[in-house]
Amino acid sequence: AAFTRVDEDLLEELEETLILCDMGVPTTEKVIAQLRDRIKEERIREPEEVRRALAEIIRQLVEYDAPEEKYPKIILIVGVNGVGKTTSIGKIAHVYKEEGKSVLLAAADTFRAAAAEQLTVWSKRADVPIVKYGEGHDPAAVVYDAIDSAKHRGTDVVICDTAGRLHNKKNLMNELDKISRVIDREYPEAERETYLVLDATTGQNAISQAKEFAGVSRITGIILTKLDGTAKGGIVCAIKEELGIPVKYIGVGEGIDDLQRFQPEEFAKALLD
Amino acid sequence: MAFEGLADKLQNVFRKLTGKGKLSEADIKVAMREVKLALLEADVNFLVVKKFIKSVSEKAVGQTVLESLTPGQEVIRIVRDEMTQLLGGSLSDIKIASNPPTVILMAGLQGAGKTTMCGKLGKYFLKKGKTPMLVACDIYRPAAIQQLKVVGEQAGVPVFEMGQEKPYKIYQAALKEARKNGNDMLILDTAGRLHIDEEMMAELKRLRDEAQPTETLLVIDAMTGQDAVNAAKAFNEEVELTGVILTKVDGDTRGGAALSVREVTGKPIKFVGVGEKLTDIELFHPDRMTSRILGM
Ligand SMILES: Nc1nc2c(ncn2[C@@H]2O[C@H](COP(=O)(O)OP(=O)(O)OP(=O)(O)O)[C@@H](O)[C@H]2O)c(=O)[nH]1
Ligand SMILES: Nc1nc2c(ncn2[C@@H]2O[C@H](COP(=O)(O)OP(=O)(O)OP(=O)(O)O)[C@@H](O)[C@H]2O)c(=O)[nH]1
Ligand SMILES: [K+]
Ligand SMILES: [Mg+2]
Ligand SMILES: [Mg+2]
Repeated sequence: AAFTRVDEDLLEELEETLILCDMGVPTTEKVIAQLRDRIKEERIREPEEVRRALAEIIRQLVEYDAPEEKYPKIILIVGVNGVGKTTSIGKIAHVYKEEGKSVLLAAADTFRAAAAEQLTVWSKRADVPIVKYGEGHDPAAVVYDAIDSAKHRGTDVVICDTAGRLHNKKNLMNELDKISRVIDREYPEAERETYLVLDATTGQNAISQAKEFAGVSRITGIILTKLDGTAKGGIVCAIKEELGIPVKYIGVGEGIDDLQRFQPEEFAKALLD
Repeated sequence: MAFEGLADKLQNVFRKLTGKGKLSEADIKVAMREVKLALLEADVNFLVVKKFIKSVSEKAVGQTVLESLTPGQEVIRIVRDEMTQLLGGSLSDIKIASNPPTVILMAGLQGAGKTTMCGKLGKYFLKKGKTPMLVACDIYRPAAIQQLKVVGEQAGVPVFEMGQEKPYKIYQAALKEARKNGNDMLILDTAGRLHIDEEMMAELKRLRDEAQPTETLLVIDAMTGQDAVNAAKAFNEEVELTGVILTKVDGDTRGGAALSVREVTGKPIKFVGVGEKLTDIELFHPDRMTSRILGM
């Protein structure tokens, strides 16, 4: 046709785009239904305007009010294997350090080969101290010691690395529960955060990850990593919609500066690119 | 275990189909929509799903199916055949070079499980009477070499490293060392890289050209979503894969990435990783996997 129209083909194309971003069928269908309503209500006629309206709907879906930062703070980093936990810790440590805060890292992944060595490299890059034991030690004991040390030093932010674990493994999730209890018991005066690290390339399984980790410890935010690739990480829309967990940071590379605060508008736009 | 969720969903659809007796075109359409949703929920790539559904639908609405005495069974047979094809026929093991050493190049995105899989393969082939050596060609990730050394020690397999030297040069030196020590297999660990990172892909290609591997394997996380096809396609184009290794199959993912990657690369899945321990490795049997997914 000589003129463009808002028709079923366009809606289908947009639906496809969302599915290909890993938003998942249920959330995609809800979002598209909202879009239909808006097209009708606002009598949208131009495809460009439709896209804008869709971006707006997605932005509203993922946005949240960030609470004010309080110190001292302890951040527990959790997630399945290989998503970018240890790397993100190096980046977050750098962010706080740059803001003039004192930071301490706890190497509570005592399981994976060379995990503590890896975190040590990051502690040097960020120029922050680290508490670590040898491989095979009790991770809860590392966290206990880090808290103790933070109290003595008057540290602003403690960040605890944990071993990657699949959320369907009961014994490993129990171990995490133990670490979580140590924090609650030993450091009640600290502002407690638990970040779930999600790899942007992950598909629908991320929902199951979020549910199971939230069952162990209240997840206060998501770090969405590897957004510098071609994956868009649309699954966080479904997680926000189903579980109300917001994205806090995004990872956009392997360098120490490659961490950004989550920007709902930019994220929504990138999904539709 | 992976794939179970998909199996449940598909078997549900099949039960409805066989429960019906006679089938109309509309019945098949409904069933196909359900199959489509099950595949999408399992993270099979949307474009792969579309193709799959189209192909099954075309065959399913044919005269012979609708007029058959057991049309439900006929439709299931069609889905099963297409699925078997999608997962790629029979078992395919690692090729062993007639002129040793056998060189296995591991490649993939960040955090997929390459280094761990190097250790698993080393141990696997050691038990089969080979004398493998692991080669540390990841010169970027913090403590990557140390990690490979720990893994090598656990596996009882030697590790060759040269610090931050260029990977193709590390390979050249490793080959000399292998000839000297009589290692008949070299397993090359490489840094994780994004398929759109031109410099890193060029580095991998340089290593591939130098090593002329017997096997070039893409290591891919079973939890990967729609993007699996983009990465797989790009790696295949750049370094011509000979196979795929699927990791973290011990999770509860529905594992659709396996189907997608197989479809877009045409390369067989050779092994699966089923845990973090070095013994957590299994050969991939496409026929068994298909049976499991389809409940046969
Ligand atoms: N491209 C890219 N790579 C990343 C990003 N974040 C982490 N990585 C890489 O992903 C890989 C895994 O990162 P880690 O930090 O070791 O992940 P982890 O979750 O601690 O892994 P485990 O402790 O083994 O479970 C490394 O190669 C990192 O360099 C990111 O934002 N972008
Ligand atoms: N549950 C489970 N975890 C696995 C499996 N394979 C690897 N892992 C874990 O996944 C994480 C990443 O594994 P690595 O071997 O470091 O991955 P990589 O591809 O070498 O990572 P980079 O070098 O950073 O790109 C580690 O925590 C491993 O223990 C598997 O089959 N199942
Ligand atoms: K991954
Ligand atoms: Mg780690
Ligand atoms: Mg590695």
